Amino acid sequence: MKVRMRFSKAGTMKFIGHLDVMRYFQKAFRRAELDMLYSQGYSPHPLLSFAQPLGVGLTSDGEYLDLQLASSASSSEMIARINQVMAPELQIESFVRLPDTSKASMALVAAADYRISRKDGYEEEQIERFSDCLKELFFRPEIRIVKQTKKGESELDLRPFLYQAAITEEEYHSWPGQAVRLRPRVADEYENGQSLYLRLAAGSEVNIKPELVMEALFRMLGRSYQPFAWQLHRLELYAREEGGFVSLEKLGEEIE
Amino acid sequence: MELQTIQTVAPPKGEALRKRELSRKLALPDEILLRVEKPARYIGGEFNSVKKDKSQVRIRFAMCFPDVYEIGMSHLGIQILYDMFNQREDTWCERVYSPWVDLDKLMREEKLPLFALESQDPIKEFDFLGITLQYEMCYTNILQILDLAGIPLRAADRTEEDPIVLAGGPCTYNPEPIADFFDFFYLGEGETVYGEILDLYLKNKEEGGSRRDFLMMVAAVPGMYVPSLYEVSYHEDGTLASFTPVHPAAAPVIRKQVEGNLSDTYYPEKPLVPYMRVTQDRVVLEIQRGCIRGCRFCQAGMVYRPIREREVEWLKKMAKKMLKATGQEEITLSSLSSSDYSGLKELVYYLIDEFGKKGVNISLPSLRIDAFALDVMSKVQDVKKSSLTFAPEGGSQRIRDVINKGLSEEEILHGAAEAFRGGWNKVKLYFMLGLPTETEEDIEGIAVLSNQIAAEYYKLPKEMRQGKVGIIASTSFFVPKPFTPFQWVRMCLPEEFKEKRRFLSGKMKEQRNAKSIKYNWHEAEMTMIEGVLARGDRRLSAVIEQVYRAGCIYDAWSEYFRYDVWLKALADHGLSLEFYTARERDRDELLPWDFIDVGVRRDFLWQEYERSKEGTVTPNCRETCAGCGARVFGGGVCYEG
Repeated sequence: MKVRMRFSKAGTMKFIGHLDVMRYFQKAFRRAELDMLYSQGYSPHPLLSFAQPLGVGLTSDGEYLDLQLASSASSSEMIARINQVMAPELQIESFVRLPDTSKASMALVAAADYRISRKDGYEEEQIERFSDCLKELFFRPEIRIVKQTKKGESELDLRPFLYQAAITEEEYHSWPGQAVRLRPRVADEYENGQSLYLRLAAGSEVNIKPELVMEALFRMLGRSYQPFAWQLHRLELYAREEGGFVSLEKLGEEIE
Repeated sequence: MELQTIQTVAPPKGEALRKRELSRKLALPDEILLRVEKPARYIGGEFNSVKKDKSQVRIRFAMCFPDVYEIGMSHLGIQILYDMFNQREDTWCERVYSPWVDLDKLMREEKLPLFALESQDPIKEFDFLGITLQYEMCYTNILQILDLAGIPLRAADRTEEDPIVLAGGPCTYNPEPIADFFDFFYLGEGETVYGEILDLYLKNKEEGGSRRDFLMMVAAVPGMYVPSLYEVSYHEDGTLASFTPVHPAAAPVIRKQVEGNLSDTYYPEKPLVPYMRVTQDRVVLEIQRGCIRGCRFCQAGMVYRPIREREVEWLKKMAKKMLKATGQEEITLSSLSSSDYSGLKELVYYLIDEFGKKGVNISLPSLRIDAFALDVMSKVQDVKKSSLTFAPEGGSQRIRDVINKGLSEEEILHGAAEAFRGGWNKVKLYFMLGLPTETEEDIEGIAVLSNQIAAEYYKLPKEMRQGKVGIIASTSFFVPKPFTPFQWVRMCLPEEFKEKRRFLSGKMKEQRNAKSIKYNWHEAEMTMIEGVLARGDRRLSAVIEQVYRAGCIYDAWSEYFRYDVWLKALADHGLSLEFYTARERDRDELLPWDFIDVGVRRDFLWQEYERSKEGTVTPNCRETCAGCGARVFGGGVCYEG
């Protein structure tokens, strides 16, 4: 059977790269003695795949992996069993069974939500016109940026891939396709309270890093974007559905 | 942008609290960690790492492997001691590794102190800093660790505020070149008296004793060497004149510690699981300690005598526990010569039956290639991808007799032929250049043997061959080590080494199957410094310090090794490379490590040296007891049967 798990990556785990996260889960699932199905061949590996890599430095409430099992207990039992052998900063948050015909999450990802928070101790005062600039940016017909690629530089219009933007958590909550949970569980909180929310195109075709939007925003503000001053946190990953987005965990059902 | 407002749910108090508790505070800020390569090296928190409340412990011990995380994390000895120390309720043992060169630079610029991985607290706050010394070329990294920690490099300059700095591991069998940097050395196996030392530490603290008081107490514990309690003098020619204790607590001869029963001692049931890929990314099962073979170049083969096996049943139980506790996909058997372990078949077939079906790989290094080995390997490896490894060490039978390497040409060729029939077509061969008494014929023998192995492959009927055969022959340069029969011999100089290597390269090209043979070699210059440090004396502490002050760390990594800096430092101190390396010692010369008793006696080593010159082979411990002296430890192979 195919199952999908959402997991969070908090605190110091942001320094663990994607490849290491993949290896981590293989070992954690062995510790939890999951009844995994393996590939054929001399070095069989679990049938495990991840929705979307998360860059080093980012934390997340909305990471996904798909796994094939020969058998499973209820969702709540499985979550408890796995989390018992996991690091406290890397935890399974949901566990759903997928229809047999469902596509791999990797092929489904179409959008991602981010919360970007200013870390304490970087800039003294609140940034003026921050909220207005974000609004202005969002209502522009195009957002031309220069993207660094392996072959050099290329121009890109960000605008079609910027689906939502918000300053307050209330606004963020009003976006369509939201999962039931309302707030980031593991995101670092800062006293200065300044943050913004973005929904961006994600996945194998177009994947927009939130840094690109931040750079464009800071250009409008007439400042330079300091990457170390901001904590990027992924909130959720979505698949595209008729008329909108649906979070990846909604494509399966809890095992009672 | 939709600006519609909805009611916000305030986070429950418990949740907010949990969030704060679960986030571990790191010693390094994000802008440092996100600027260095592989930040996972510095964050700790690995699964099974030990977290304690520092207000509830009385001793804080920092255990250090002075090389980069991936290497240090792969070392079994540290894992054993980490587990052992942390079983004590009053002690919290943490780990520290050398910051890589990128972080090293940033820590110096930003004046950030070196910290332990678990608590992320500065090393300077610890009671002990224990450093394991596995190879000589890490010596400048010891100074890097001390310097970044803010601890004076020399033991003599340390105060009551500094941790006690000690060392263990194979290099402590000649601790003299680094004697000035350590408060004491633990000679021998760690399982035995560390508990006693920690108890003494607490006792001394309760009594209000000083650092020096504690070191006096340590000096009275068997196996402990406190270098500040000894005085050394030299003859005019630079050789040692005397080595004398200057305090009643210091013994003139120090016998190494030996763990008698390896099936009833500390072993980590829950090894740490690193987040990043490390060199030894698997469960390690040490099946025995010591070796029966007595190869005359091999220090480990002498200093770990007598060989002691762990019980098969105990190993089975440990394997199961460790695989469960880590989720590792691979288990490896560790020993100097696995084929000599008496329960090998039973253990290996158990591991295959029990864990093979769960997708666990089983790796078997240091295995002699025979029918059993090939059967096992065909079950656990992909024959097409794996290669066979032989370590003949010498190219001719004559030189193999000199070094007492009991591996005949016939065995090698037969083993290779069997393997080729089994589907293998890749072979790795390891040899040494510059062995005592070596002649051109011996060197040419390396090329000839490599060629013969390739020829074995082409003896197979064509339909049995899997493409072309690939032979990789590697040579290292021989470095005489303390406590071996070759501890007296002259080592070659770089030009001689290079000439030998050029000669062999030429001979390789002359072989009929030259196209199937790839020849790799080590650098001569690094080998020379290894030679200096291996048999050096106390005067080298100043040399190592100068090299470090000149900016050298990670000397074991060829990209950071600077030969010229080492030569200059030697010259600046009136010392020479030739004195330590290219000099045959007299039988009676006082050697810097002569105050250590490893069980194996000096006269036995000399006798072995004499026999090597005649090319006389000495049988292994199970065939005949050669009377080396290791019997004094009262166990192991010396009392089998």
